Order: sequence, then C-alpha cells, then structure tokens
Amino acid sequence: MFDLDLWKEILSALKKNRMRSFMTAFGVFWGIFMLIIMSGAGRALENGVMDGIKAFASNSAFFWTERTSVPYKGFQRGRRWNYKNTDIEYIKANISDIEYLSPRLFGPSSGGGDNVIRGKKTGAFNIYGDYPEFFKIDPWTPLQGRLINTIDIQHSRKVVNIGERVVEVMFDKDEDPIGQYLKINGVYFQVVGVVKGETRVNIGNGRKNETIIMPFTTMQKTYNMGDDVHFFSVTSQPGVPVSKVESRLKELMKERHSVAPDDQQAVGSFNIEVEWKKYMGLFTGIQILTWIVGIGTLLAGVIGVSNIMLVIIKERTQEIGIQRAIGATPGKVILHIVAESVFLTVLAGYLGLALGVGLLELLNMALEMNAGSGDDIFFRRPEISFQMAVGALSVLVVSGIFAGLIPARRAVSIKPIDALRDE
Amino acid sequence: MISLNNVHKSYITGSNSLHVLKGIDLEIKSGEFVSIMGSSGSGKSTLLNILGILDNYDEGSYYLNGSLVKDMSEKKAAKLRNELVGFVFQSFNLISFKNALENVALPLYYQGVNRKKRNKIAEEYLDKVGLLDWATHLPSEMSGGQKQRVAIARSLISQPKIIFADEPTGALDTSTSYEVMDILKEINDDGITVILVTHEHDIASMTQKIVRLKDGRIDEIIKNGDLKNFQHRYAKELETA
Repeated sequence: MFDLDLWKEILSALKKNRMRSFMTAFGVFWGIFMLIIMSGAGRALENGVMDGIKAFASNSAFFWTERTSVPYKGFQRGRRWNYKNTDIEYIKANISDIEYLSPRLFGPSSGGGDNVIRGKKTGAFNIYGDYPEFFKIDPWTPLQGRLINTIDIQHSRKVVNIGERVVEVMFDKDEDPIGQYLKINGVYFQVVGVVKGETRVNIGNGRKNETIIMPFTTMQKTYNMGDDVHFFSVTSQPGVPVSKVESRLKELMKERHSVAPDDQQAVGSFNIEVEWKKYMGLFTGIQILTWIVGIGTLLAGVIGVSNIMLVIIKERTQEIGIQRAIGATPGKVILHIVAESVFLTVLAGYLGLALGVGLLELLNMALEMNAGSGDDIFFRRPEISFQMAVGALSVLVVSGIFAGLIPARRAVSIKPIDALRDE
Repeated sequence: MISLNNVHKSYITGSNSLHVLKGIDLEIKSGEFVSIMGSSGSGKSTLLNILGILDNYDEGSYYLNGSLVKDMSEKKAAKLRNELVGFVFQSFNLISFKNALENVALPLYYQGVNRKKRNKIAEEYLDKVGLLDWATHLPSEMSGGQKQRVAIARSLISQPKIIFADEPTGALDTSTSYEVMDILKEINDDGITVILVTHEHDIASMTQKIVRLKDGRIDEIIKNGDLKNFQHRYAKELETA
C-alpha cells in the first residue's frame, strides 16, 4: 500500500519546515551514531583481546613441580622433585578425560647469559623441549619450513623451530635460516622451521618470538636430563571441565611421587579455563554496559523526538484546525503526523547508522595499517552486529510512531474551532 | 437545508458558565444568501461555527441537509464538512507553506482525488477568482484580497452546498470587500447557499436575508424587501448613537 500522494505531501511539509525537520532528525541521528560508535569500540576491545587468546585451548591446564612443604613418608619438607617419563603413560592410562598431554622441558641456562651462538652472532633465548601435541594446545604457525613432528621425537633429531626474533638476531637480513645451524649450549641444531605463536598467551618465560623449540627427546638426551619432565600441558576432552582433570592429576602425581596429599605447594598448576571465564565475564560486563548506555542514549534521542514533535504539533495546531475545517479526518491527520515522524526518525537513524559504521570502518583501516603485523594492539575490528543495527533501527521506528502518535492524538482530540483559534 | 430548533450553547471556563446562545430557532432554505449580524458577544460567530460543525451545541436540534447533527463522530463530521460545506475565514486560514494552487487543491486531497486531477481542477477555480497567474505564489506573497479569493476558491473546489463565511471582509478595505462580496454573490447565483457573519451593515445589506442576534437570541429577521427599511433604521440608529 504505497500512497504516492501521501509521501509527496509529507516531503513537501518537511522540506518547507527545514529547521524543525533538521532538529528532529539530529536528535535521533546523534543517539544512534553514539550507540554505534560505543558498541563498536566495546567490540573492538573484545576483538583485540580475544584475537590474542582465542586460538589457545581454553580447556587447558599446566603443571610444574615445586619444593614440598609437608614432610611425608620419611622425606623432609623442602624436597626437590620432578615428574618422570613414565608419568606420561601413567597419566594417560589413569585419566581418560584427557584429550592432549604434552610434556615439556626447560632448556639449560635459559634466562641467563647468551646461550645461542652462530658465527659472530650470539643471543639469549628461551629454549624448550616439546612434543608436537603442544601445538594443539598453544597453536604455532610455521612461517617457513615445518613444525617439530613425531618422527623428530622418535629419532631425537637435533632440529629446532625458532621464533621471528631469533631469526632477526642470529641471521643477516635476506638470509634463509632454514637448513642453517645454531649452536645452542654447545650443541649444533639444524633450523627446520621459523614459527610464530598464534596467540599472545605465553607459557614459559620472556617473549614468544624469542622462543626456540626442539624435540622433547632430543633435549632430554642432549643435555643429560635423565628421565625428568619439567612441565605438563593438558587439555580435557570436550565437555569435561579441565578443573576436574587438574585435581585428579595432582592427586595421582602426589601419590606416585610420595608427596603429602595435603601439600598445597608441591604441585604447581595453572588453569586457563578459570582465566578464560574471567575474560568472558569481563566482556559480558562490557556488553551489558554498552547496551545500558546505548539504550539510554537511544531513549534520550526518542524523548528528544517526542519533545520536538510535541512542539511541532503545538506550532501546527492551527494548520491542523484548517485541515480539519476543509475535511481532513482525524485518521488522516494522525497518519500524516506519524508518517512524518517515522520518516524523519528512520531517515535520521539510517544516516546515523551509516555514518557510524563508516567511521568504524575508517578507524578499522587506520588501526590495521598502524598495526603492521598486528601483534600488540588491543583494539581491533571495531564493528557492530547486524542484529544490533536492525534492533536499533526497529526501536527507532517504534519510537518514531509513538513520538508522532501521542501529540497527534492530542491535536485531534480538541474541537476544530479551538484548533483554528489557537494562535 | 438548515433547520435549528431551540439551540443552546454555553462556554464553561473554570467555575463560570457563559450562556452564549439562548434558544435559536432558524430555517435557511437552499440557495439563500444570508448574513448573521450582531454586536460582538452576541453569539454570531458561535452560531456560524455550530452551523459549520466546527463546534458542538448543548441543547436543541440542528438538521443539516436533512440529517441531525449532534454528538457526531469526528470522522463523520469531517466527511460532512468536506462534501457539504466550505469555509471562508476572516484571517483567510491558508496553509502558509503551500502555494495558492496547493491550498485550493487541499480539500480534494482529503477526498482522495489524485494529484494531477486535483491540480487541474484547482487551476479552474483559481481562474474563476481571477488568480491563475498567482498559482505558484505562497500566501505570504499575496495581498489580503488575493488571499481571501484563494480561500474562496478553496471553499468552492469540493462543490459544497453551503459556504460559511466568518467576517470574510473583516480584514479587507472597502473596495476589496466589495470585490469579495461580488464573488460570493456570483457563487450564490450558481445556487449555493451562502451564510456569512458580519458586523458591517453595508456588507449585510448586500445579502437577501439578515439575521440579527442580540444577547444570544434572534432579535429580528429582515427579508430582502425590507432592506431599504433596514438601512433607513440603521441610519437613525447612527444618529441617536
């Protein structure tokens, strides 16, 4: 039901009252514009942080050993101890809820002086011995070459994956590091891959791009570590809370290594799930806040429109009186005013939406350009969801109807002669 | 055409009640040219507003074209106003942001006539009042007489049976007043009933029938033949005053 005449009437009425049309439209425009910018910014913050952690397995937990704090089975307190190779199979056999289990060794003298040498170049890097399973928990991408694999583990190959910073320090520009050798703590290793962490979550010391990863078995044999295991990374099966695995694994290890069951210190652990929930809570909070403030802003815009419509109707009472004297039905008068108000709010709302989204898009482009590799920004892809845009627009339409309807009903409820006399 | 029987009307402002019309009995036949006179406060405008269904009344009955006008829904009243009557006001009451043509065409818009057709008809009526050249001008660009002629064209476009004019010459000078009266007379000659309110005796004397109101009652009704007599007495009244 498209009434061309109605729209022509409305357009000419709006065009001929430019100032008040503009003022009405601006309130709505501003409301929706602010809502878009604000929720976009909230989303950008979330994206920025989530990008840094989302690839990381959220159902993971990590275990290390500390000195005991309770004397037990003839051992004194303060005993140093380590996990053993046999623990790997033992844990897998006894906890069926585990999806991935990846033992890790920390390389000798990491964090000390320079431990890596190549020709005249030296550097201090963090060296880890890992299983390929580790890449399932904390994903790494090979930029060049390949990741450490199961065959490397089986043959204890002297190969390493190195971070980007390692390449920068140990190699000349334009030099291909793949196939080259690095002397790490006196032993030569061949570089088989340049790797980049997909997340900013760092399990270990220092910066992620200063990492050197070699096969677990290689490190254990090469540096005489016996059958020690320094660290376990574990993920639970889908649907199983990792905290359940965490407590079960601690119990098993205490029992197996003669640690008192009530020793709170001996088994160190860190549960990503808990941290993950904290983040999720934070973002839920930000979203709720965005909605509260956004709805508040929209409401202010709607109240502004109602207010202006009320003024307009008062200003137009005489005009409405004339219209009624020459035969306009109340329905027609109301239809006109409501259509005018809806047309204005929707047009203004749409403009606000478009401009807001446009600004966010520009901001996004600027951010991405500045970010370069995109490593260290916590503000990415400011954007709003389609649902939110549609929702906001429908709120505007409904409020436009009400903003027009209430004063229009008042205008037709008085006698035509009173409307005519209104000066 | 119009039949009023013991019509009363009071205005209530706060606790005060102002009894404006105190029992009006009036018959106006189709095709008559009637003026309603009276001093200010005599209720002449109120009477016209009731006749034009712009206002309601408290007591009595009012038949317009055979149907009772009482407690009418606003929708029905709007339809009656649109099809049966046309209004001409002292202050013209043109819509300020519409040009002459659009103002004249407006009643047809409410009848649902399409834009092209109603603009064509509006041109005809503007031509009738001699203002076709002014079709695209806004009311603010026209003189009082021109505005009143646009208003008359607007009141005629829906081909009404009755024209109500509330002090149509009140805001105009004498020569323009006479022009407007000539147009109203032409309209009357076409068979349309014209009822106007005025307090000017020379204007009233151009009509066929004068209804004199005094304190909310009909004082006297002077027919066409008695007009000379009326003018004579009016002159005497002036002398004594």
